[in-house]
Amino acid sequence: MAIIEVKNLIKTFKDGDKETRVLKGLNFLAEHGEWIAIMGRSGAGKSTFMYQMSLLDEPTSGEIFIDSHDAHNMTPDDKTNFRLNQLGYVFQDYALIPDLTALENVLVPIMMQGEDKVSAHTKAKSALERVGLGHRLNNLPSQLSGGEQQRTSIARALAHDPKILFADEPTANLDNESSKTVMKLFEEVHKQGQTIVMVTHEEEYSRLAERVVTLDDGQIIKDEKTHKTPHKHS
Amino acid sequence: MPQFIRLGFFLAWRQVRRASPWTTGLIIFVMTLTFLNLVVVSGILVGLIEGAVEANKEYYTSDILISKLPKKTFIEQSPRIISIINSFPETEAVSARYLGSGSIEANYRTAAKEEEIDKAGGSFVGINPESEESLTGVSRFVIDGEYLKPTDYDQVLIGAYLLKEYFPVESSAIQTLSNVHVGDKVRITIGEIMREMTVKGIVKSKVDELSYRVYFVDSQFRSLIGRNDYNVGEISVKLKPGSDPRAYKEALNRSGVSEYARVQTFEDAQPKFLQDIKNTFALLGNMISSIGLVVASITIFIVIFINAITRRKFIGILKGIGVSGRTIEVSYVFQSFFYAACGSIIGLVILYGFLKPFISAHPINFPFSDGILVAPLLSTMIKVLILVITTIIAGYIPARMIVRRNTLDSILGRN
Repeated sequence: MAIIEVKNLIKTFKDGDKETRVLKGLNFLAEHGEWIAIMGRSGAGKSTFMYQMSLLDEPTSGEIFIDSHDAHNMTPDDKTNFRLNQLGYVFQDYALIPDLTALENVLVPIMMQGEDKVSAHTKAKSALERVGLGHRLNNLPSQLSGGEQQRTSIARALAHDPKILFADEPTANLDNESSKTVMKLFEEVHKQGQTIVMVTHEEEYSRLAERVVTLDDGQIIKDEKTHKTPHKHS
Repeated sequence: MPQFIRLGFFLAWRQVRRASPWTTGLIIFVMTLTFLNLVVVSGILVGLIEGAVEANKEYYTSDILISKLPKKTFIEQSPRIISIINSFPETEAVSARYLGSGSIEANYRTAAKEEEIDKAGGSFVGINPESEESLTGVSRFVIDGEYLKPTDYDQVLIGAYLLKEYFPVESSAIQTLSNVHVGDKVRITIGEIMREMTVKGIVKSKVDELSYRVYFVDSQFRSLIGRNDYNVGEISVKLKPGSDPRAYKEALNRSGVSEYARVQTFEDAQPKFLQDIKNTFALLGNMISSIGLVVASITIFIVIFINAITRRKFIGILKGIGVSGRTIEVSYVFQSFFYAACGSIIGLVILYGFLKPFISAHPINFPFSDGILVAPLLSTMIKVLILVITTIIAGYIPARMIVRRNTLDSILGRN
């Protein structure tokens, strides 16, 4: 059973009378535990594609099923709730809340899930320790390096055990060293069975995924397996 | 506790705690000023009249005013009534006043013709100087000359409003005397009796009743009006602290005083126009305060709107990671509540810790009263509640406007 199923996905942006069709009828399937890299040149529609799949945006038409849930039937509140419980996000610019410490940033979605204070703290702390930031719990984002901020963002995305982790250019703003650390983290969580959908324009990192989907002009022009051994999961 | 409230509070508190202290301080300062505007403006306006009412009580009627019945010229059985009053344990001081009216003349010695005599109508009152002093402390209003002594003979105190020097009004309806000073002779006429007396002092008070009267020593006044039965025109009674004037009035009436006199508490004896002006000023104060409230609401609206607009990306991120719109709205409601509560608490401290005691000790010198600040706790707390509710609404609306925007547009900063 596919964890993501996209049928004839169309996304059009309007600017006055001008209409720009960014996604032109995409069809796509992702299996449980897969790590998929979405590639393409700038303006190909890869981020837009990911935003539709991750329920952050409304497609113009088409169908999206995530873990058998039809996104079309969800209200905005249902989608927010679904994102909270099933999806995790890593953004290019880390997207941390500036007046919350690293620990508090990770705490937010866990608290929203209704965890009690002690259990939420334990989970958030262990998520940060998992990404190597056990010593930076009480630092504000402004006191962290770019790599540390992105690792905090990954900790936040994973702390509530999402079914799918969406990452939009997670290494775009990072230096080489930090990028490698972040990708190593992705490898680790993928090994544990995490489904990852990652938008990237860096071929070196796309090769770490099991499958590379290439977009051009709003269409999938290539969908190929890499030489990486698919992860077996239960 | 519902999750959206717990997390809303968590987000609000972190945001307030880590915001610029200058910004937070400025918002709280605006809220404090709004609170003071809401309470103090109407409090001063009402206090202006309340000061006049208080003065009327303290310097004229005291707690209880007993006056003659309609169609009578004096209080019958006055000595008996005074003795009943003195038998009540709540009684602290009593002053019985003889009342009369007549005319007062100056320059009658030098005027060539009868028409040239400077003449004014007057309300005359005979007092026991010591009793009156212990009851109303009227001597403090003697602005020139000296207060009366029980042994004074042919001496009077004249109210300043009977003298042109102090009350320079040109009107045919109001008669005042020119060039009358302490030590001058004036001629008093009551009915057929005419007597020359010396001005011992001038009385001026913001209680008009005191400034329109001519004061005599009671023993002399009795002889002037030919009253030997000791029946007086009015009796003022000061009660011991904590006594209830209404209960005292009822007790007097039950003792039969109402057969011979009208018994009023200071509130009953209050001139009706004072009550009307008090209500009018309260209304005016509330209108001015309402404008202040609208200004405060707009201020909070703008503050929260700018705050939410500048944090739109983070609001989008919160929604993106699954935080409900309601939680984010609640966080802004808590922030608004925080600002309103801090402003109100500081305002309450300033109001009850400084302004009210200070103005009570140093009343504002208005032309017709010594204004105090009227701010009863209950009505102040109602105003605090109004301020808090208004602020919360003013904070909620912009937060809701921003939260309702498309999540991705907010994250990406798209319009």
